[in-house]
Amino acid sequence: MDKIVTLKNLTYQYRDTDDRLALEDVSLSIEAGEWVAIIGPNGSGKSTLAKTINGLIVPDKGEVKVGDLPLTEENLWKIREKVGMVFQNPDNQFVGSTVQDDVAFGLENLAVPRKEMVERVHSAIQKVKMDSFMEREPARLSGGQKQRVAIAGVVALRPDLIILDEATSMLDPQGRKEVIQTVKEIKEQENLTVISITHDIDEAALANRIFVMRAGHLIEEGTPAEIFANGDNLVHMGLDLPFPEKLKSALSRNGLSVPDTYLTDEGMVEWLWTLLSKK
Amino acid sequence: MDITFEKVGYTYQKGTPFESRALYDIDLMIKEGSYTALVGHTGSGKSTLLQHLNALSKPTEGTVKIGDRVITSQTDNKNLKNIRKKVGIVFQFPEAQLFEETIARDIAFGPKNFGASEEEGKEIAKRMLPLVGLDESFMERSPFDLSGGQMRRVAIAGVLAMDPEVLVLDEPTAGLDPQGRKEMMEMFFGLHQQQNMTIVLVTHQMDDVANYADHMIILEKGTVVKQGEPREIFQDAEWLESKQLGVPAAVAFAGRLEKRLNRSFAKLPLTTAELAEQIAAWLPNLPKQTAQEKGGEDR
Repeated sequence: MDKIVTLKNLTYQYRDTDDRLALEDVSLSIEAGEWVAIIGPNGSGKSTLAKTINGLIVPDKGEVKVGDLPLTEENLWKIREKVGMVFQNPDNQFVGSTVQDDVAFGLENLAVPRKEMVERVHSAIQKVKMDSFMEREPARLSGGQKQRVAIAGVVALRPDLIILDEATSMLDPQGRKEVIQTVKEIKEQENLTVISITHDIDEAALANRIFVMRAGHLIEEGTPAEIFANGDNLVHMGLDLPFPEKLKSALSRNGLSVPDTYLTDEGMVEWLWTLLSKK
Repeated sequence: MDITFEKVGYTYQKGTPFESRALYDIDLMIKEGSYTALVGHTGSGKSTLLQHLNALSKPTEGTVKIGDRVITSQTDNKNLKNIRKKVGIVFQFPEAQLFEETIARDIAFGPKNFGASEEEGKEIAKRMLPLVGLDESFMERSPFDLSGGQMRRVAIAGVLAMDPEVLVLDEPTAGLDPQGRKEMMEMFFGLHQQQNMTIVLVTHQMDDVANYADHMIILEKGTVVKQGEPREIFQDAEWLESKQLGVPAAVAFAGRLEKRLNRSFAKLPLTTAELAEQIAAWLPNLPKQTAQEKGGEDR
């Protein structure tokens, strides 16, 4: 498989006076078509790491490659066309006065011919199912709708990679579902690679690989099942515990001996059923 | 101090072609010393309702009673300052409102507006920092050198510095990691328990409602569609699902377990601790342990 992102020995410090590095010797690579999650507590360097991928942050040391292109001043704009980012606060990323103007903004900057632009804007808006809101003012949409418009803006640029930087953390549960569903569908249709930075366990569970950051270091990497087996330590990895893990801890405080392995909701129900059916 | 709404309605830009009704026909009561959760989707009117709790907005219909003050559409905007002191509102992303050069000055800004001296302001700031889980070493630092979570704590300390009787929190943990979220929720619960502070929490997290609130108000399209004790409201999981509001994780899991076991819990478990206790009670051979109080380790 082709590597879409290669990061080698990245080190970065925001200010000389900071007592620690924001990133310290971080290396990882991501294959095209993967869905990876980056987790870690606030301040662990997740967003900093993501911003190195499209050159929003230039590391002090190390090498960034997107596809075959090393990130250099020359390649910067080519790389930004390949990498779309959706940020946490939907209100910080609107420029257009209507949904369709907003989605068109990126294409205008790339001087895409008008006819093609109209097509790409409409198709992107359709993909996020916001077609009935084309003429609406982005400010008046719900949080989930706003993030879907932001995603359409990215999709219209036809990137290879989309980075969600806590893109659902400000949304209500309904908005969260909408956005995740949208990303899932688009990923399938467009064969995108997705990097999602998140504190949400359900969102992390969608990834095929999870990277764990702590204090500027990449400390662990694994499948969701491998990572979730960390039990109580997950909280220090910036994730909430899955419900079965919480229940296991509570049960052991009530004197039950519980299995060490990671159980899904379903697995937990079955385990309790077996336990309670024994007489 | 109780806050009571009687037939409250609010229409934005009333009497213009742009008028839009945000609230109507609202009767509710925030009892002194209670912990109320206010729940509803985006656009249900939560934010507009919040602004009525300290008279930032005046009802266009009906009356809002805040302690012994009665606020109607006719109320003069003067002399409302005292209400703002008694009811502190922490808006969403309050860290965006920090502006002073030092943390101590930022926290003392409110009290100084109410006549506290420089010295008194400093004293207050010093007392507030531990309440929000920071220490004195932060006093002279710039608020802009802090992490997002720490900045939010400073902003909350600024509201607490006014010594409010009622603390209103609009999604106070949005954007924090789970550890930070839990610490902050425990901090508010501590204020509620130790200082008998009345809390109004706007949230989408049903687990927070189950863990902390004793009263729950559900808003939909500008009016109250249900209010009461969380335990009663969560009984009707189907109704909540139909409103796309969901139930606490323990309630959802208890439902699945009941179905699989074909057996019902005597009392609906709202929290993980309650669920674990009831499951343990079904296993009579276990050593008996004391029931965990609300405030257990596993919220």
